Amino acid sequence: MAADEQVTLLDTWASSIGMRVRIALAEKGVKYEFIEQDLWNKSGLLLQMNPVHKKIPVLVHNGKPVCESLVIVQYIDEVWKDKAPLLPSDPYQRAQSRFWADFVDKKIYEHGRKIMTTKVEDQEAAGKKDFIDTLKLMEGELGDKPYFGGETLGYVDVALLPYCCWFYTYENILNFSLEADCPKLNAYCKRCLQKESVSKSLEDPKKIYDFALKLRKKLGVE
Amino acid sequence: MASDQVTLLDLWASPFGMRVRLALAEKGVKYEYSEQDLVNKGALLLQMNPVHKKIPVLVHNGKPVCESLIIVQYIDEVWKDKAPFLPSDPYQRAQSRFWADFVDKKIYDFGRKIWTEKGEDQEAAKKGFIDSLKLLEGELGDKPYFGGETIGYVDIALVPFYTWFYAYETIGNFSIEAECPKLIGYCMRCLKKETVSKSLEDPKKVYDFVVMLRKKFGIE
Repeated sequence: MAADEQVTLLDTWASSIGMRVRIALAEKGVKYEFIEQDLWNKSGLLLQMNPVHKKIPVLVHNGKPVCESLVIVQYIDEVWKDKAPLLPSDPYQRAQSRFWADFVDKKIYEHGRKIMTTKVEDQEAAGKKDFIDTLKLMEGELGDKPYFGGETLGYVDVALLPYCCWFYTYENILNFSLEADCPKLNAYCKRCLQKESVSKSLEDPKKIYDFALKLRKKLGVE
Repeated sequence: MASDQVTLLDLWASPFGMRVRLALAEKGVKYEYSEQDLVNKGALLLQMNPVHKKIPVLVHNGKPVCESLIIVQYIDEVWKDKAPFLPSDPYQRAQSRFWADFVDKKIYDFGRKIWTEKGEDQEAAKKGFIDSLKLLEGELGDKPYFGGETIGYVDIALVPFYTWFYAYETIGNFSIEAECPKLIGYCMRCLKKETVSKSLEDPKKVYDFVVMLRKKFGIE
């Protein structure tokens, strides 16, 4: 790919789904410009690049926008295909990878939003146990592999890893310990954070927690 | 692939199931259709989709693939020499995936609220539904299909929901054709294709099914 490619990411620093795109770009060694968005006062650029959903992340590649985090990750994998493939080549294995990334979206991402908009005292009723069971299911799928992608980071890892910096927040709000309840997932996060593409793409868990508390106060649940 | 064993675990009225039937028809794949009871789930379904316990599930040579759009992509990749659903250009592929995801996020959710909600919630769902269809009309433009000259991924994601339009209109007391004539014209055009007409169910039968569900859930 030519050195004069223009790659811009419209994102917000704390977004777990924005971090997916950052990890994917880092894995592929793609240089890009990060433009922090204000979601309370959406910019003309964001509205122009994602008129349908008006959300981040949006990848702008040579002026053309791609929206929805997993759609963006697949796009990155297909464009910068000569390095660090994220999806396997076998169609059945690809379907399994897509299934588990979709599972992360349906169960972890969606519940994460619920956790953020629910008072501490209502978290049990809002499905705290289901959330932890979901994490245990992910542990089962990981098995003995170092990554969901096998020996290297793959599509499912990219979908899931941003939560490594959000687990501290969820532990505090839900009052549980990832290390105690999901030791394998905890070890997986630590292992992945040793990779530069991951550690450089994720944010400090304590900063995320401060951000989460401020947002929860603003939403009236804290 | 003459010795392929292909089975589809499905429910006749499911628009998600219809997506898979349409994809298999487009590729000319022979398969066994297995109607599932979602009230008393069969052992096969629970074994093949232990995570979500839902249909559709495609079982190919004994191995299950779950989630309708994932199944459609799988079908496209396995039976790749005929009727490609996704374009070959990565940017166009991303656009197709975006719009199929839009159908999942907007058409299904708003449609469901039209037949499960009442009053203001139902009105809001009707508005959201129509606004979403109008956006899809804009995306279709002057093309015969979302896939261009042939049926593609977005067409497969969307057109099964046509079978539920009569139910939405009757329960919601509104006319989709009056608001979105272009989209209805598109659906009619798709139904002229044998692969589509053979894969989609009769809207009146779907309506009876929805009426039965509403009674069952005590909606009215």
